[in-house]
Amino acid sequence: MNQTSSNASNMPEASTIIESQVKPATQKKKYSKQNGKGFWKRLSTQKMLLLMALPFVIWLIIFKYIPVAGWTMAFQDYKPQFSVWEQDWVGWKHFKDLFNEPMFYRALENTLGMGILGLVFGTGSAIFFALLLNEMRFMALKKWTQTISYLPHFVSWVIVANIVITMLSPEGVINNILTGIGLIDSPINFMANPDMFWGIVTAADVWKETGWNAIIYLAAMAGVDPQLYEAAKVDGASRWRQMWHITLPSIRSVIIVLLILNIGNLINIGFEKQMLLGNNIVMEKALVIDLYALDYGIGMFRYSFGTAIGIFKSVISVILILICNGIAKRIGEGRVF
Amino acid sequence: MKKRKITTFDIVLTLFMFVVIVITLYPFLNILAISLNNAIDTARGGIHIWPRDFTFANYQEIFGSNDRLLQAFSMSILRTIVGTLAGIIASTMLAYVLSRRDFVFNGFVGFLLVLTMFISGGLIPEYMLIRQLGLINDFQVYIWPMLLSAFNVIVIRSFMDNLPVALEESAKMDGANDFVIFSRIIIPLCLPVIATISLFLAVGQWNSWFDTYLYARGNEALTTLQFELMKILDNAQMSAGDINQQNAQVIAGQTNPQSIKMAITIIATVPILLVYPFLQKYFVTGLTLGAVKS
Repeated sequence: MNQTSSNASNMPEASTIIESQVKPATQKKKYSKQNGKGFWKRLSTQKMLLLMALPFVIWLIIFKYIPVAGWTMAFQDYKPQFSVWEQDWVGWKHFKDLFNEPMFYRALENTLGMGILGLVFGTGSAIFFALLLNEMRFMALKKWTQTISYLPHFVSWVIVANIVITMLSPEGVINNILTGIGLIDSPINFMANPDMFWGIVTAADVWKETGWNAIIYLAAMAGVDPQLYEAAKVDGASRWRQMWHITLPSIRSVIIVLLILNIGNLINIGFEKQMLLGNNIVMEKALVIDLYALDYGIGMFRYSFGTAIGIFKSVISVILILICNGIAKRIGEGRVF
Repeated sequence: MKKRKITTFDIVLTLFMFVVIVITLYPFLNILAISLNNAIDTARGGIHIWPRDFTFANYQEIFGSNDRLLQAFSMSILRTIVGTLAGIIASTMLAYVLSRRDFVFNGFVGFLLVLTMFISGGLIPEYMLIRQLGLINDFQVYIWPMLLSAFNVIVIRSFMDNLPVALEESAKMDGANDFVIFSRIIIPLCLPVIATISLFLAVGQWNSWFDTYLYARGNEALTTLQFELMKILDNAQMSAGDINQQNAQVIAGQTNPQSIKMAITIIATVPILLVYPFLQKYFVTGLTLGAVKS
């Protein structure tokens, strides 16, 4: 459940990091006059704060750090009935198994394939939608469109999967339209065609998150200096040209920061969409790394093997984010770290 | 800004926005219509945004004759209320501690929290932890693992950082302890951010199905609306390749799983629809504060 929630909040996470970067230094001066006192003296006056923090520190250690310590399972032949000290250590065995498993490469290909499609079309659609909203002159319609566009973000993937399957069913509206305008003769069973699966997942993602993801771009666009547009107008630039030459370059650093964060998460696309939209017929295209870990790790009780998959994912994710951060630094754009 | 005359550009833009609205809303209206239509009639296809053979049978099935679905509905509500309350108390309290830059362990606790945004144990170690804690098939599995998220705490802390210090300091002069300052002074001032985070927490709880699937499948009493919906979806997906088999599921009687699925979808969507538009102002400003500054 952690995977799913972190996936859904990619955008907010991005904004927080940007925010923490620009936090004015003056904020930290709050209460600074007490800093002169010694550690023990300050501690003695802060018993209540300590008491308030303690339960959550314990929570963090149990629910966030013990699972990380659980990575040791990947180097053992973990058997739940034995204690930590009684397990057999097997070194890199599970990683070697993993890299010799053809299914793993298929899962990796599907994960990166859908991850990249989602990144390109997700980012593209959000920027495009924000650009158009930004140009809207009719404020009431703009507001209504925005409010309505957030709705799919708040409903679960279970509901979205139901919607997608209903719309794409042989009796569904998409097939009705396509046969109606004579593009196809007989209804297509979209959900049973493996070649369409990546496209369907990407389209569902765009439908669900475009409105929400546009929020941050729209906010960045609101900060663009109006004088730039006035100057462009004097030079006779059309509104398309203004969007291309003023709005987009102005929000460049926001786009790059979000891209870096999202590329870091390329491999963390989760499994919800694939699990809910997939079926046995399309499994060759729907099997993603997390689903693979779930099937092998929990479904087949290969806990150590499943943990190795998780470690592999974390390593790739860190490498991706470091590479992107390096590139952004090189070309002199805003970076995250 | 000066008034401008309406150009072709504006008209195209307006049309585009209407298309966006239709694409977003049509699926919900379609599902609403199907949920209010006779199940056997629905199988003939051709339902758009208006039911052809109107009936409440699908909803009656959920709220009347089917104990499990009613149970699922109550459990969804219960976990949403308890989870949101627990989450908001935990996040605000930790956020307050972290907003106190004079707290001796501020840096340590902050580091411990922020690091969780970048590393996580992963699916299997988390599953093993829940098993070892004995939370499998226990209601608490809906509450404890989701109690805190670093993102929520940081958003609340940023809000607290911008509160005036004077109130707090005068309370301190009067001898109030830190918990009293937090509960009597800070909380009432933080209502806008509490509203935003409560929305995120409530939506997260209400929409959650995977924890039921992984940890609470064995306890019928813990089933939720989302999980019941997922099960129906899963059964239908098994036969996705075979249209005849899907039609074969249309049994004699007023309803069938496919139509009940639509009714559950509507029931699961309505509470969200009733809440989020009114909190829009808060979450939009809450989320974009940073982006504008940079």
